[in-house]
Order: sequence, then C-alpha cells, then structure tokens
Amino acid sequence: MNTVKIAIIGGGPAGLAAAIGAREAGEDSILVLERDRLSGGILNQCIHNGFGLHTFKEELTGPEYAQRFIDRAEELKIPCRLNTMVMDISAAGDGSSDKIVTYLNREEGLVQLRAEAVVLAMGCRERPRGALNIPGFRPAGIYTAGTAQRLVNIEGFMPGKRVVILGSGDIGLIMARRMTLEGAKVLAVAELMPYSGGLKRNIVQCLDDFGIPLKLSHTVVDIEGKERVQAVTIAQVDEHSTPIPGTEERYECDTLLLSCGLLPENELTSALGADISPVTRGPEVNESLETSVPGVFACGNVLHVHDLVDFVSQEAELAGRNAARFVRGEIPKTEIPDIRVTAENGVRYTVPEIINTDRLEDTLTLRFRVGAVYKDIYESVYLNDRRILHKKKKIFSPGEMETIVLKKSAILEVPDLKTITVKLEEE
Amino acid sequence: MEKRELTCIGCPMGCQITVTLDGGAVKSVEGNTCMKGDQYARAEVTRPVRTVTSSVPVTGGTIGQVSVKTAGEIPKDKIFDVMDALRTVRAEAPVSIGSVIAADICGTGVDIVATKNVERKAQ
Repeated sequence: MNTVKIAIIGGGPAGLAAAIGAREAGEDSILVLERDRLSGGILNQCIHNGFGLHTFKEELTGPEYAQRFIDRAEELKIPCRLNTMVMDISAAGDGSSDKIVTYLNREEGLVQLRAEAVVLAMGCRERPRGALNIPGFRPAGIYTAGTAQRLVNIEGFMPGKRVVILGSGDIGLIMARRMTLEGAKVLAVAELMPYSGGLKRNIVQCLDDFGIPLKLSHTVVDIEGKERVQAVTIAQVDEHSTPIPGTEERYECDTLLLSCGLLPENELTSALGADISPVTRGPEVNESLETSVPGVFACGNVLHVHDLVDFVSQEAELAGRNAARFVRGEIPKTEIPDIRVTAENGVRYTVPEIINTDRLEDTLTLRFRVGAVYKDIYESVYLNDRRILHKKKKIFSPGEMETIVLKKSAILEVPDLKTITVKLEEE
Repeated sequence: MEKRELTCIGCPMGCQITVTLDGGAVKSVEGNTCMKGDQYARAEVTRPVRTVTSSVPVTGGTIGQVSVKTAGEIPKDKIFDVMDALRTVRAEAPVSIGSVIAADICGTGVDIVATKNVERKAQ
C-alpha cells in the first residue's frame, strides 16, 4: 500500500495553505488530493477583487490570490494529484492511529493510501433549492449563485437575461453585478432576514451602483414556468418569516439565482466518525484544530464557513503545522481534562470549541460569529469567573467572523481553570 | 445646494452619509461616525472610481476563459464602456498574471491585464 505522512483532502485555499504550513514545519511526505482539474478551489471562479488585504496588504482577485499559494506550494515541491476524488477515510484498524484514504482518478484507478495524519480541507457547498422549501414548479433556469458564477466566469456562458436573486450573501451580490455587467437585467435581490448577510461594500458596489433593489424581509413565494422560469413572485415576510398576504410582487424573468447560505461538506468527516457541531456543521476541533478523531485536522470552510480567505489561509497553515507536529509526536500528551468553550448571549459558536492548556502554543485564536446585528456592545471572555477580555465594538454582524487572540500566559494565570466563556455584554 | 445620500463601505456599520454639494464643491459631510466615512464620502461624490473585473475567451489554452481586471481604478461612469469594449477582446495562450490583454482601455489610460495564468495546450 502507498504511504504518506500527511494526506490533505482538497487543494483549494485551505488545502494549499495547510500543505505549505506542514512543509514549512519540516514535513517532507505530503500529498494533496484535489478533485478539480486545477488547484485553487473556488477562488478560480471568484474573479472579482478584494482578496488578500490582510495577508498581502493589497487587493487581489481570487485567481491571483490562489496563484500565490500555488506558486509557493510548487516552490516547496509539494505534490498535488488533480482530478482525484477521495471516496473514503477510515481508521487503519491495526491499533495505530493511521488512516486509510481511498481515492479515485483516471491514471491510477482506485487507490488506498495509508496516512499518519489527515488534514480535511474540502470546503463547503451552497444550499440548493431542495433545501429551501420554495413553492412552485421546477423549471430550468434556477441556479445557485455559485453555479452561475462558474458558468459565466469559467465556462463563458450566460445563464439568463432577466434575473431575480434570492438571498443576499456575498456570492449573490457579486453575481448581481457580474450578470448586469454581462448585459442581463437583475430585477431584485430578495432577502428573508431584515439585514443582509453580505458585506456593505458589496451592497454598495454590486447593487446600489446599478440601481438594483435589495428587498429585506422578502422571500420567493412562487415560481412560474414549466420548461423554463417565466416569472417569480416575492412577498414580504413578518417577524416569523411568514409571507404577508397582499405584499406579493411578480417579476417576469427567465432566471432565479439562489444565494442562501453555505454548508460545510462533511460527508467524509461524518463517515470517519468525527463529532460534528450542530451549529457550524463542521467537525468539532480542539486548540490544535484536531477533530475528535486523533490525527485528523480540519481547516477552512469545511470547518466553518468563512467570509475572508485570509482567515482560511491562517487557520489552514496552523492545521498543517499541527499535523506535522502530530506525525513527529510533538503534540504534548496530557493528563488534564479538555475544556469546552461556552458560547452564549449572542455568540453562536466558537472555533475551536475544545481547549487543553497543556497543548496550547503561545497564543490561542478563537473565532466566532454572532446570531444577529448588535450595536455598541462588548465582547467578553471569561476564564472561570474572571473576565480577561472586555472590548467594546460599534457593531457585530452575523456576516462578519470575529477573532479573539488570547495569550497562553494570561490563560495559565487563572488557577484551576474549568470553563472558558465567550459572550456579548451590554456593559 | 445638492444633497447626496451614500452608504459608507468602510466597515459593517454602513453609516448613511449625507453630503451637501454646492456647484460640485463639498460643503458638508454628515452621518458618518469616523474619519474613514468622511474620506470615502468626499472621494465618492467628487471622483468615484472602480476596479472592473471580467473574463475573456482565450484561444489555444488549457482552459477557455481567462479572468482579467483593469490594472488600476477607472471612473465609475466608464464601467459599461469598458465592458462593451471587452466583448470583442480575445487573448491568446500562453497568458500569465499581469500580461496586458488590452492596452489603454476606452482611453482611460488603464490597461486590461490577466489575473490568471493560462498555459498553451499541447498540440
């Protein structure tokens, strides 16, 4: 059987950064498995700019950002199998913590690869129509925003001429502009929530710039057309997200794009038996970004959906570095119990959610999201009853991932640490 | 006196800013809660600019489309002129990031450059 020290599942921004992180930590034996014909993942179709401000202090387009990591991976001579689909990851079952990664491609056929550590970097998937309970017919002309993005930017096809968009996530907003620039008429963007999940910059530069109305607290209540979409009806919703009769507006159109959220793609993770968070729908991880299955690490959108690729790269680099530490036996063994981070009062979740102070490096980065828009409110971190962070911010928004960095020295100052709590506080 | 309403893009606050103009000169900026908003509003009402990104067909390459952008910002009111001009632009492989695909697009003084590498397809 082929063997490798670290197998990395996915060659998008997370997989590439994890591979680079592992190599820079001194690991020679790494293999990246990528199902597409190119590495770089979703960035290949994100041709708009605005990527990399944190990492490179300049605004890059998606393909340019990806290329910097592809170049670095090539410089470091990290092998990447393209057009390769991973079918299964299982325990080796011989008492070791090794995993058997089963993958498939045209050149090698079905291959079983034995790996000492695995980094999960499979990314996420868009919520499809079937998951949205939209009434009406099922004609052609209904696409997720990301599918439309691929058709326009990679394949060079326009999926329609008159467009309604449901959901105001960033991909939907970006596609409103892209379709408009390519000559389509975007009639409206309907958003179920009373706020947009997209960045302000995208609302201004993708909708306002082109006079496209953003209908907050609206949803699609009917789709007409048997062969092809002919019209879409949207209506206002009340505070329970129930459509309000009499508020219907009908738009004649040939296309409906859906930008209604992203779901981490964790079929392999679940089959492997890793604990999955019901909130993020990604695996639960500890401070080393290791899942509940020893030697299996996770990073990027498969762990939790990010809005900025810069944070994916940072997180993935850490996961790769820790995978390298794992195969060298450098992650300390510990007698003390793990601590589960509690997210409360407006904080929906944190990643990581499990901490062991014996395994901490010099700092601990906690990322979290809030469940609604909060203004002039404090983010607080409690270790037991001691508040060690209390920072006021003008705004917290569900669309923006927040980051807290704690020093290991500050954490160790608290005797008999049992609980870590992240919450929002009025004062 | 002319009033212009803007949404600031500086941060998620998205302050609603009112700019009062007199004959093209900014008289006042109101509604912003920080200096970033003031700067954004003044630039946006006097000289709004954007970076345009698109993709164009590429011949002889391993993929069919190459992504492109304006190498710098162009006046906002030139966006559709640039898009019209791009409809007839074709690139030929090999292309590398930064290669000029169309020089001085629409007389803006700004080039259209590739944002992706495309290798030449083996014969």
